[in-house]
Amino acid sequence: MINCTINNKLIRVEDNTTILEACRKNGIYIPSLCNLDKICNFGTCRMCIVEVEKAKTLQAACVTMVQEGMIIKTNTLKVTSMRKVLYELLLSDHKQQCLSCSRNLTCELQALGKTLGIKESRFNSFESHRKSEISVSITRDMDKCILCRRCISVCNEIQGVGILHAQNRGYDTVISPANEFDLAQTDCIYCGQCTMVCPVGALMETDATETVRIALNDPKIHTVVQVAPAIRVAIGEEFGYPAGTPVTGKLFSALRELGFNDIFDTNFAADLTVIEEGTEFLGRIENALLKGQSKLPMVTSCSPGWIKYCEHNFPDHLDHLSTCKSPHMMLGSLVKSYYAKKIDVDPRNMFVVSVMPCTAKKFEITRDEMTFEKLSNVDAVLTTRELASLIKSAGIDFTLLSDSDADNPLGFSSGAADIFGVTGGVMEAALRTAYELITGREVPFEHLHLQQIEGLDPIKEASIKIADPLPAFKYLEDQTLRIAVASGVKNAEKLMKQIADGTSPYHFIEIMGCPGGCISGGGQPRSKDPLVAQKRLEGLFAEDNRKEIRKSHQNAFVNELYEAFLLNPNSHIAHEYLHTHYVRRGKFNEFLKK
Amino acid sequence: MLEDRHQPCNGHLLFNQQEVIKIIDLFDSKRSNLIQILHQLQNLYGFLPIEILVQVSNKMSVPLSEVTGVVSFYSFFSTQPRGRHTIRVCLGTACYVRGGKKIIEKIQELLQVDLGGTTEDQRFTFEIARCIGACGLAPAVMIDNEVYRQVNSNKLKSILAKYD
Repeated sequence: MINCTINNKLIRVEDNTTILEACRKNGIYIPSLCNLDKICNFGTCRMCIVEVEKAKTLQAACVTMVQEGMIIKTNTLKVTSMRKVLYELLLSDHKQQCLSCSRNLTCELQALGKTLGIKESRFNSFESHRKSEISVSITRDMDKCILCRRCISVCNEIQGVGILHAQNRGYDTVISPANEFDLAQTDCIYCGQCTMVCPVGALMETDATETVRIALNDPKIHTVVQVAPAIRVAIGEEFGYPAGTPVTGKLFSALRELGFNDIFDTNFAADLTVIEEGTEFLGRIENALLKGQSKLPMVTSCSPGWIKYCEHNFPDHLDHLSTCKSPHMMLGSLVKSYYAKKIDVDPRNMFVVSVMPCTAKKFEITRDEMTFEKLSNVDAVLTTRELASLIKSAGIDFTLLSDSDADNPLGFSSGAADIFGVTGGVMEAALRTAYELITGREVPFEHLHLQQIEGLDPIKEASIKIADPLPAFKYLEDQTLRIAVASGVKNAEKLMKQIADGTSPYHFIEIMGCPGGCISGGGQPRSKDPLVAQKRLEGLFAEDNRKEIRKSHQNAFVNELYEAFLLNPNSHIAHEYLHTHYVRRGKFNEFLKK
Repeated sequence: MLEDRHQPCNGHLLFNQQEVIKIIDLFDSKRSNLIQILHQLQNLYGFLPIEILVQVSNKMSVPLSEVTGVVSFYSFFSTQPRGRHTIRVCLGTACYVRGGKKIIEKIQELLQVDLGGTTEDQRFTFEIARCIGACGLAPAVMIDNEVYRQVNSNKLKSILAKYD
């Protein structure tokens, strides 16, 4: 332990504590625009400067360690006036379009100005000198960038994708892909984690609210909306609910108020995914064990950012990926085929909107493979944040809405579908069904939960011994099924490298591209709650636990869909509508071709 | 050390993958040696085209954005083809007051080249430097690694003639 004095108070802190941490733990607020706890420690914004006795200059609290006997002052005139100057200097190179910026009132730079008591801005010399880019998923307005480098930290340290870095020097510095290429020219996977940490409006999801608004106001268009599992425990935060509060009923009511013709639930497609992916897995394992033909482990394919990462970095191992489309693409595909026929609407007059916690889904819907007869399966993707802003601008008071359910036939779901939104959930949902298919008995887990793969750990593994299977699965007798679950690309890559090396001990791997899974996706509300991921996780498990039906194969509407349209899991028709293939993209080649 | 080999660079220079890998291996493919590796590659090829940087990124498992970040940070790295020789006229305070500007005008006249540009015959790339630490020799000019002292318009012609 180390003793120090902060603002005349004697304080004891643990070894290796920064001044910033010491202050925060003791209720002293120090402003910072660049620091991200344990992730971003560049000390670039200098907003956290404090006076340290005997130090020649003011010290940045986020990168200075507390030392024995240190005397620190955080609120002297010298400190506060210097912070104001630094703030004004940031403003001098910041495009101040605050009233028309989508981060208006949620901007950290704006909020800090108020906290610091900024009354003037003396260095108004702003000239646009950095470029903007509107990619399919992410919009970069570098004139708003304050060079804090948080995005670099998440892109490199957390996700390990390494697309963003500082280019050039001094006034010309810009945070950008290599050589100032556009994102679209690079191997960016559009996970959107950079948009989660950007303190200003420099990195944002590419807006889809306008196209959705236009479709909603066109009487000739039949609008259909679906919401991903992770939305229901996160969108409430935008309306003042505590992190992780499930607001499923209000969410469906809000969508009805917005005027969508049909309100479906991606959860339904999650149940369908369990059947399709589970069947695919059993087929693969049979092929592998009996004929030595199929590729194992099989890797889940719900996360489009992760898929794109594999296409760039593991182009030779794409046959390990399940061929299942991600759930919302499955649902979109069914809406424009099965459902369109059922209600006798021309699919060309349909507009399918997916509300997703994910910016990569905005890219996914533009893939050539995700079309049927030249019609996109899904027409627009809204992030959780975008839907919240759509609801607010429509004048709907979310908190006063009553609860309602999604529409059938594509809106009912089991509890297994809810947990698709969190790391480990897809695997658990799949095991609930697969184990029962193999043995005829329920999974032997308490309350159907497999503790080893639950929680927010980056890589989790478990094994399940198959005893006494049904006759059709005799080849699995006494086999031990090895599974692994990873979230966050950097962690997932470790499992994929094992596959590439041929040393992977697993049969089935679940990957979600964002750390913690979709609950922490790049399109989710930006939260100040450090436990937000855990709370959203608990919210989803609460949704699962409250349902009577908690296994996908017991979803009567899914079974009805098979009887009426798809015939059997992995049938020819199922393949046509619900499965896809992947593209060997490789590294860097996109711009080298030019 | 590798020998300096200023090859004629005409924009579509073919580089040898093996040679790039050899240089990276020479520095144990270590991330902390990135700048040295880039220096060696620039010595060998005269400049650092994106194709070489892709090789470096791939071989060293350093993101391409980081490699180009380093290259674009340091003004001694160039991603454009350069002349066989680099002239750097010092414009630090001492050289400036002792006539550095006149030297620049004279070189522009002699070689018909703009500041930052390369002569048509690829002989020289012409740049300015901010103090090369030879104030006692002002005005100073550096060509490649050679420093010329108290240069004036008359001396210039014979100095330039030494380089082909």
